[in-house]
Formats: sequence, C-alpha cells, structure tokens
Amino acid sequence: MAESLHVELGRRYHFAASHRLHSAQLSEAENFRIYGKCNNPYGHGHNYTVEIRLSGKIDPATGMIANLADLDAFVNERVIEPFDHRSLQDEVPAFQEAVPTTENLCIEIFLRLKTFPIAKLEAVRVEETSNNGFEYEGN
Amino acid sequence: MVYLTRKLEFSASHRYHNPALSAEENQRVFGKCNNPHGHGHNYTLEVTIAGEADPVTGMVLDLKELKEILEREITQRMDHRFLNYEVAELKDQIPTCENVARVIWNLLEPKIPQGRLHRVRLYESADLFADCYRSGVKGAA
Repeated sequence: MAESLHVELGRRYHFAASHRLHSAQLSEAENFRIYGKCNNPYGHGHNYTVEIRLSGKIDPATGMIANLADLDAFVNERVIEPFDHRSLQDEVPAFQEAVPTTENLCIEIFLRLKTFPIAKLEAVRVEETSNNGFEYEGN
Repeated sequence: MVYLTRKLEFSASHRYHNPALSAEENQRVFGKCNNPHGHGHNYTLEVTIAGEADPVTGMVLDLKELKEILEREITQRMDHRFLNYEVAELKDQIPTCENVARVIWNLLEPKIPQGRLHRVRLYESADLFADCYRSGVKGAA
C-alpha cells in the first residue's frame, strides 16, 4: 500500500536581501508607473522565506527522502550564501538581466536547486512578505 | 471538486536510530536526533479531503465527524507519546516526518466516510514538513 503513495519532503529557509524593480527596457517614467515605490533608486529589502518540496523514495535505512544535513548544505551553498544580506540586482548575476521580482526569484532558485542529486525538486515557493507568495514547479 | 482542510496539533517525542547500523554510523547519519533519550516536537497536521459539496448539507464531509476521526485515530494514538515505543504502526521504522506522515495516511484513508483523502501534511516544525498523496492524484489545494 505504501508503495502507491507519493511523499514529499518540505523545508523552509530564510534570507534577507535588498532589490530594486527596474527594467532597462522601459523609460524612467514607465518604470515608476509600473513599479511605484519598488522603483526607488536606492532599493529596499525584504525578509524572504523559501519553501522547497522534494519527492523521492524513502530510504528504509534512514526513513528519509533526503538527509537534512545534505539538503541544508546544498541550499545554503546555492541560495542562502549568495543571496543573504545581498543586493539582488547588484550581486546575483541572473538579476543583472532579469528584474528581481519574486516571480523571477522563484525561477532562479528553482534553477539553482533542481540539480540536487538525492531527490527530485517538485516546487519552489518564495514569500517576499507573509502576504505575498509565489510558487514555481519548473514549467 | 472542493478541498477541505482540517488542522490539529499534537506533541510527541521520538528518536532516530537504526539497530542495523553501528553506534558511530547512527551518530553520523542522524546527528542529535540519535540522542538515546529522545527529544520532542509540537507537530501540526493538516488533513485535506477532496469531494463535492453535498447538495443537501452543502458539505464535503461533516467537520464534526472528521474531527472525531482525527481525535480517535491520531490524537489518542500519538499525542504525548514516544512515537518509537508507543505507536505500533511505527515499530521498526525511523519516525521521520516522512514516515509519520505515511503512517497517518494509512490510518486515515480507510476511515474517511465521504470524499477522499487528498493530502496529509505533517509539520514537525515551522520549517520542516512532509506531504503525502495517493500516487497520481497530486495537484490542486
């Protein structure tokens, strides 16, 4: 019976970063009209929460889809270290092109984590504040 | 299709230890979760039932009934218990979040009288949880 169940492991991480929403393809006036105060040239910041979900077989020897020590080390190296207490558009190469909206952040984090070798990344959810949540499943 | 979710909390202790592994291996794999005296968590369980709203009652499943099932099957079995020693279904399993969620699924699925069990989500802490679905019916809610 257990074999016909699909189990996912969910883990939440936290980092704080600043960003500025500004598109090089738009005029100053359009940037301000679309992004409003998020277009402030000095940037502003958030406490982000990243929730990831992974699926895989539960190893009978450990009871785990993935050992949290391995998962945490992978996520810390790929996402938390390069993003925490950083300015996203100034310090993360992907956001020198793409506007660092939470939609794009979700996609970037998914791309950085999808090579986790032990389990399959199912989804990345990013909360910019407790009122705004975004989710990406890789398609 | 409507998805109804009921939440409940219970507190329990557990220990991660595989008798097939050496003491050093257990320590390496499970770290402080291998502490022989165990440790505990406040678990939060979310149970999601999928179904159509009954045209007469407007309900997928009477919440009172679901609450009683959860009380009988989960709270009485797991609340303020040591999961390794006091929950028969977890005997010979490491009581990780994944395994406890799976055991909860297997306890609840046959007891749901209306609608179908869609998802069991078990939080061991705010930052760690496991989701359980019937294979092939994931999606929505």
